[in-house]
Amino acid sequence: MNRFDYVRPATFAEAIAAASEPGAAYLAGGTNLLDLMKGGVVRPGRLVDVSRLPGLGAIEWLADGGVRIGALVRNADLAHDPEFARRFPAVAEALLSGASAQLRNMATVGGNLLQRTRCAYFYDVAGACNKRQPGAGCEARGGETRNAAVLGWSEHCIATHPSDFCVALVALDAVVEIAGKRGERAVPLEGFHRLPGETPEQESVLEPGELIIAVRLPAEAASFSRHVRYLKIRDRTSFAFAVASAAAALRIEQGAIVAARIALGGVAPKPWRARLAERTLIGVGPDRPHFDRAAAAALADARPSGDNAFKIELAHRIVARALALAAAGTPARLPALPASPFAPVAGVLHA
Amino acid sequence: MPEIVLSAAPAHLRHGSTIGQPLTRRDGILKVSGGARFAADNHPPGMLYAVLAVSSIARGRVALLDVAAAKAHPGVVEIMTSANKPPLALDPDAKTNPFMRRLELLQNDRVRYANQPIAVVIAETLEAATEGAALLSPRYEEEAPRARLDAAESFVPPAVGVGQPSETEIGDVEAGLARSSRRIEATYETPTQFHNPMEPHAIVAAWDGDTLTVDTPSQGLAMAQARIAGLFGIPAENILIRSPFLGGGFGCKGLFTGPQVLGIMAARLVGRPVKLVLRREQMFGPVGHRAPTRQTLRLATSADGALLALSHHTRTASSTFDDFFEPASDVSHTLYASPAIRTSYEAVRLDTGTPTFMRAPGEASGSIALESAIDEMAEACGMDPLAFRLRNYAELEPISGKPFSSKALRACYAEGAERFGWQARPLKPREMCDASGLLVGWGVGTATFPALMFQGQARAVIRKDGTGIVETGAEDMGQGAWTALAQIAADGLGLSLEQMEFRSGSSDLPDAGIAGGSAHTATAGMAIAGAGAEAIAKLAALATGDERSALFGAGNAGVIARGGRLFRRDDESRSESYADILNRAGLAEIEGRGSSAADPVAQANYAMHAHGAVFAEVKVDPELGQIRVTRLVGAFAAGRIINPRLVRSQYYGGMIWGVSFALHEHGAFDSRSGRPMNPNLGEYHVPVNADIPSIEAILVAEEDRHVNALGIKGVGEIAITGTAGAVANAVWHATGRRIRRFPITLERLTEPLPR
Repeated sequence: MNRFDYVRPATFAEAIAAASEPGAAYLAGGTNLLDLMKGGVVRPGRLVDVSRLPGLGAIEWLADGGVRIGALVRNADLAHDPEFARRFPAVAEALLSGASAQLRNMATVGGNLLQRTRCAYFYDVAGACNKRQPGAGCEARGGETRNAAVLGWSEHCIATHPSDFCVALVALDAVVEIAGKRGERAVPLEGFHRLPGETPEQESVLEPGELIIAVRLPAEAASFSRHVRYLKIRDRTSFAFAVASAAAALRIEQGAIVAARIALGGVAPKPWRARLAERTLIGVGPDRPHFDRAAAAALADARPSGDNAFKIELAHRIVARALALAAAGTPARLPALPASPFAPVAGVLHA
Repeated sequence: MPEIVLSAAPAHLRHGSTIGQPLTRRDGILKVSGGARFAADNHPPGMLYAVLAVSSIARGRVALLDVAAAKAHPGVVEIMTSANKPPLALDPDAKTNPFMRRLELLQNDRVRYANQPIAVVIAETLEAATEGAALLSPRYEEEAPRARLDAAESFVPPAVGVGQPSETEIGDVEAGLARSSRRIEATYETPTQFHNPMEPHAIVAAWDGDTLTVDTPSQGLAMAQARIAGLFGIPAENILIRSPFLGGGFGCKGLFTGPQVLGIMAARLVGRPVKLVLRREQMFGPVGHRAPTRQTLRLATSADGALLALSHHTRTASSTFDDFFEPASDVSHTLYASPAIRTSYEAVRLDTGTPTFMRAPGEASGSIALESAIDEMAEACGMDPLAFRLRNYAELEPISGKPFSSKALRACYAEGAERFGWQARPLKPREMCDASGLLVGWGVGTATFPALMFQGQARAVIRKDGTGIVETGAEDMGQGAWTALAQIAADGLGLSLEQMEFRSGSSDLPDAGIAGGSAHTATAGMAIAGAGAEAIAKLAALATGDERSALFGAGNAGVIARGGRLFRRDDESRSESYADILNRAGLAEIEGRGSSAADPVAQANYAMHAHGAVFAEVKVDPELGQIRVTRLVGAFAAGRIINPRLVRSQYYGGMIWGVSFALHEHGAFDSRSGRPMNPNLGEYHVPVNADIPSIEAILVAEEDRHVNALGIKGVGEIAITGTAGAVANAVWHATGRRIRRFPITLERLTEPLPR
């Protein structure tokens, strides 16, 4: 890999200053960045190691019932925190359905939000990619597009966001706390990632030097804890990115849905919140025709970006199934195969 | 009577035999404690790091390399290109036998496939060499690559596999088809697959004048030694190859590869030891792969389900510059009785690296197609797939008419079916569901692999302290050769494992042949047994001819070697220790030599194959298409089992590979660039633990008096065959959908399904 500077700042201010220079990158768990560097996919001139910054490693319970998760909390530690898993079971399930145990032990919450796409053409440094090299073109178009996006993509980029964690978070209205040169700000996760448009290299709203310091889940997110699931379809049972996934959360009162949250993964350049689909569920009963209608609404704007039309139908079915699973109730224990359809719930399948 | 005492002992103690015992692998502790030194763990003084620069185009020529930029990078010592490479004694494109691969050794500027080595950067550190390789920033003159099976005109290859005919027919297939009551025709596709052993190809090469020491994983030490000797024009005895451990081989470490030679060339160029290790993505090109196939099967039966004709045609691909044609059709020669069988081939040349042997080459690809087609034929006959297989059971090898040296396949079917519970299987598909509504399907496949033997040699020594040494240049690639062969060696010398030392994995030992073709245990084992027998015979001659010995005069009665003593065969109260015999003779040690080869007479008279039956259960989500193999039961008969624990482990590994073949593995190429698009273990999927919840292997007893004196058939490859087809057949049984393009992915299962 290229030669680079390595700095380990002691304070936020030092970190932000060091990372504001062009070519700088923050390093936390390194589970994605270091691979990218070894492959020559990214070549930062300076690594700003924030992994030892103080104050970013705690899970704090807020007075209003929400939670503030420090950016350096490890994915595994968060998923296995009993109180967190009790209040936000689908987030824990999503986390545990991602990567492998070894990677989850290293990967951080902040880093998970910023992980790069798994588009094969992003990794293929010999080919053209607008994310790697703005303006170079998108060689994924017309190539091996099975895993490419069906929602939110543009002519300039058809890559998907790979995170499972973010799908559950965005469904539950998570907020990202960011520190920068001009102080701190909070951005809803739904607005944190950008769609590619004509600038697919700009993947988030972060300004140069800005650092994720925490992710917050509001108290209301825990109100779904009895009816919330994450479902992920993948090409093997573990250690594979989603072909498509969905998080679904329902609040059901007297047999009617009073609140619904739906988000999709593996199908769009960002964790994809389906607000229109959510609205179709308000006031109706938690049953399959309504879930199908919601799924249709969630995929209404979907179009294939290549040889991946199957993902539209698959995502539809996943949304409907995730809603059915959520309606059936959050299982008392996290399934042994997190987010897998092979953690069956009787009565949910309509074969 | 001693015999009564012995037969009353537990079976595993009978005759003091070490063979047959389920020993744990002898290198296990070394491996889990980090004490096993693999090739890349060697760091001789003064060693430099070499990194390959590889082509990003699949066809064309390298127009420019920025050697100056790479050389200017701190730490970079030298750039080896076609301009300054050390001279070779042999054209890398020369090919004088089928076990020789044409190599890319920087002989010119041509690019024949993506990831072909185009330069080697040598530096003080791995990081500097890696960056140096990036700084070469090659420019190319690119030509349109041919990447798919349809991308070129096909031809009939002169031979497939290793010299097998590309067209074979017995009976009259067309006539059989014409007079049949039922027939099917189906085309199956298998993708390119890459071996991907955990340990990539690695080499540490050190020259001293014209002698060379090499640490590198090799499945064939003597062949590698000869290849290096030819290329560098030095005597083979000047070359020492150490290969004590291989982190997997699967065939891609069988023939010496270009990158390994480049490591030796780099060491020669800089006059210092050099280490070269392939990056994972560089494993997708220069070290072989399993070629893609498109196989068309035509089967026909009589009204009562007897096969009348079987035609198996394979279209496959080799590289543009070398020949290896996946012999996928040949599996149809041996399994099912049919009066008419035809196998045939066509091939195209693609801009890829040259394909090579990959675990069960031909048999694996061919088996998934044949077993699927047999299932389709059974369905057309309205028969249970197992009953159909039994209906067409081959009592003689169909293609040759020879009797089998042994064939316990009926027992495999019976024991496997019993264990699996096959009898409860509904005939029609999509009739089983679990409690949660997941579709359940059961499938069966027949496993087969030839019982081969190569040529091998071994040396055995008995020392005057009563201990022994057995030496043979065998290769332990994780299969447990070091353990199983030591068990044979101990029995051959009549010693316990603790009383003897087994030396292996180095080219200065007697040639044990290649660890391939599932023939290593038989080949090296027979040589070892022979060496031990010769040493014992010499010892016995000393004792029985010496009137001071308790065994004097026992020459006609014979002796038995056991526990470090010779016993008079007809009177076991008379015995003497090896140490006493040697000490009295004033000898420090006594040596025996053994060699092995297939017996041509037995080969002429018998068909020799291992067999098995694999039963698979899958569950399929009917809406989402997600498939899970929930149960696998395999029953295999492979002659004498030296170490049941290791053999079971080989069967497990093969069966898991079968799942991988059916559901996961797929080398994806961009058809425009010819580049592999999933060249890493994150995206080139093989099953993980969570994909294999239940697996069982039954060792079916089989005695074979013809394959070799030890009765060993080999177990390394057979379990992929049968399994892949069983999984595919189970998917059909679960869903009613027959997927003929592998791997079976969820969209192939759900795409046309109405909601």
